[in-house]
Amino acid sequence: MKDKIRIASGQGFWGDLIDAPIQQVTKGEIDYLVMDYLAEVTMSILQKQFNRNPKLGYARDLPELMKKILPICKEKGIKIITNGGGVNPVCCADAIIEIAVEQGIKNLDVAIVLGDNIKNHIEDIIKSGCELNNLESGESIRNYKERLLSANVYFGAAPIVEALHKGADIVITGRTTDTGLTLAPMVFEFGWDFENYDLMATGTIAGHILECGGQASGGNFLGSWQSVQNLAEIGFPIAEAFPNGDIIITKHEGTGGKVSFDTIAEQLLYEIGDPAEYITPDCVADFTSVQLEDLGNDRVRVFGIKGKPATEFYKVSASYSSGYSAVGSLTYSWPQALTKAKAASEILRKRLENLKLDFDEIKAEYVGYNSCHGPLSNKLDEEQLNEVTLRFAVRTSDYSAVERFGKEIAPLILTGPPSVTGFAGGRPRPSEVIAFWPALIPKSYVKPEVRILELK
Amino acid sequence: MMKVRLLDIAHGRSGDKGDAANIGIIAYDENGYQIIKKYLTAEKVKNHFEGICFGKVERFELPNIRALNFLLHNTLGGGGTVSLKLDAQGKTLAAALLRLEFEIES
Repeated sequence: MKDKIRIASGQGFWGDLIDAPIQQVTKGEIDYLVMDYLAEVTMSILQKQFNRNPKLGYARDLPELMKKILPICKEKGIKIITNGGGVNPVCCADAIIEIAVEQGIKNLDVAIVLGDNIKNHIEDIIKSGCELNNLESGESIRNYKERLLSANVYFGAAPIVEALHKGADIVITGRTTDTGLTLAPMVFEFGWDFENYDLMATGTIAGHILECGGQASGGNFLGSWQSVQNLAEIGFPIAEAFPNGDIIITKHEGTGGKVSFDTIAEQLLYEIGDPAEYITPDCVADFTSVQLEDLGNDRVRVFGIKGKPATEFYKVSASYSSGYSAVGSLTYSWPQALTKAKAASEILRKRLENLKLDFDEIKAEYVGYNSCHGPLSNKLDEEQLNEVTLRFAVRTSDYSAVERFGKEIAPLILTGPPSVTGFAGGRPRPSEVIAFWPALIPKSYVKPEVRILELK
Repeated sequence: MMKVRLLDIAHGRSGDKGDAANIGIIAYDENGYQIIKKYLTAEKVKNHFEGICFGKVERFELPNIRALNFLLHNTLGGGGTVSLKLDAQGKTLAAALLRLEFEIES
């Protein structure tokens, strides 16, 4: 057994710094590169791409990235784990193997994890008695099934561990939890028992810290943010894991950013509910047990973590089409910038009313004045405001109403308040609104399938 | 009594959980944690976000990292992808909470 492994985070979301994984594999020693590409909305975008072209539906950056990192990973023995397979892990793996062939790489085992996509089985699942009730409203999914865009179960670390046992150099999954990507190599390397819930929680919390990439190493840090050096060359976080469950979060030497008690504490709190009940398919992790020790030099020890058995359910995230929205903006300058922007908003509302367009929601915000903090914004002396951007948004199920709204913004330039600018982007076009449906499904309903594709 | 501004004793991070926003607030030191633990109640947070948070506010304690976590229900205008708000995922709400000032016993 290795006495330590280094697991590096390469992506925090689809659209993150493209070169981050390259830095991770070249700027120092690591054993695993984990890359999280999936957010809820990403799944529905990928499903749409797949519907248009059944060869797509995965993070298309991956093959391009593999051109650059595969030879290095192969040489250094770095294993890659990613959920960038999206709704089409098979074609993602095929594309990666094609790149490997082009690069002259041999003896490469690519594993794919399948079975998370339940979109085509919804009818059967409902028939067998599980109505995938919405976790928030309690409503049955029956009335929404015609409008479903995607439906995926969140798998945990287990199928990835299985893939690693089968010799995988690269593991491509669909909807696996962000935390499972990091927990899996610890279970595999150290032979951790899936029923040792403290260790499962330890790997899960390490995964939670890594899952947002640079957000753990000084990015988006609200503490003393100006003290974070060289964000331009931010080093993404690395978890050094030890068999006993000790974790040290760090980053490669010489990179920018910062790993400290404060940066890790902020990331621990990101998008959590009850900290004592962080539920994953692998365990229920207790964030109130986490101890942090700042060792200096961008090293923070994370230890003392407690966990409980996982629940009997997998979480399901389904998405469905829920109408259209559009956003337009216009910028008004001094003097009376805010008053002009507010007048423009009123004129626009009146025109939409006169057109008898029916919207579910209309929202006007004043960027540069109150768009982020609403009523909490400082009351500014209007003479001090140099400019204000009116941001006007509408939403409804009626496509034509949203389209017509797009045609009512530009006319304000010649028929509204003065000293207005900022309309270079053309008419706001309606975009489809995608809503989410969180639900639970008994684990017995779905089974992950691990398949190995061998490149000899 | 003395006046404390949250910005001066704590930092934090916020994000979305469906239509709820979560705001984690971390005190810079143990003294600061004792202050936020005692004075930064769910009710104060709910009042602070009047006109922004339309649901209940839940509060959780993490003494291990000197932090509190708040869940602000019905706050994001229907959730990240449905919301018409510029800050649809509540990313700036941690900063908005740091505006809070409150009286403490000196």
